[in-house]
Amino acid sequence: MTDQTTRLVLPSHIEAVADAAAAVTDFIRNCGVSEEAAFGVEMAVREAVTNAMVHGNHEDESKSVEVIFNCHANELEVEIRDQGEGFDPATVPDPTNAENLLKTSGRGIFLMRTFMDQIEWVNRPGGGTMVRMSKRF
Amino acid sequence: MAELNIRERQAGDITVLDMDGRITIGEGSVALRSAIRRLLEEGKKKILLNLAGVGYIDSSGIGELVSSYTAINKDGGQLKLLSLTQKLQDLLTITKLLTVFDAYDNEADALSDFK
Repeated sequence: MTDQTTRLVLPSHIEAVADAAAAVTDFIRNCGVSEEAAFGVEMAVREAVTNAMVHGNHEDESKSVEVIFNCHANELEVEIRDQGEGFDPATVPDPTNAENLLKTSGRGIFLMRTFMDQIEWVNRPGGGTMVRMSKRF
Repeated sequence: MAELNIRERQAGDITVLDMDGRITIGEGSVALRSAIRRLLEEGKKKILLNLAGVGYIDSSGIGELVSSYTAINKDGGQLKLLSLTQKLQDLLTITKLLTVFDAYDNEADALSDFK
């Protein structure tokens, strides 16, 4: 299979999260990702794009979120870039600790880590955060 | 079509919400929050969420379930979950929330466990 790439630029309002999810669903269908893995990948992309829009860009519609899907021989790679102030994932507590179970937020990164094989956050030199995550299949 | 459709019915003093669609950030989460708030305002504090028709939920939706649970408990009520899809059950397992929620496969069992 040849490498494939898709790039989206989305406004920072939460209705656009569904657009990113629909795009990744379409993309991975042609990528050989199993239906089971596709559920998790869509979940991870939804969570990453939501974080980028809400916590990165603070839903400022003058700021965009860029999503890039790459499909290689046996791996899907997704990058999500925001225009926020940067982010340190180490500051997010484990939502499965007993004292956090009844918190109403803070599970997005946990789900991203659960469903993807690799994930990293990069504070971009020009500002903003890039999340790069990958899934082998 | 709405992201989440909620149909309400009564089983004695228990309100059953039959939910169909997605509970995700935005419309779906807001619809669930609004329904729970309205029921509490009406004094309906025993609530069974039938999730058989919910094929997808994100972290915001999971947060809304937790928020519903705490709001109802705080008001002296009870919230139970019915008919989780396999994916939703998996999500609540990995987030350890199945240790928090009472979840049932059978409606009669769920209804009889309300106090």
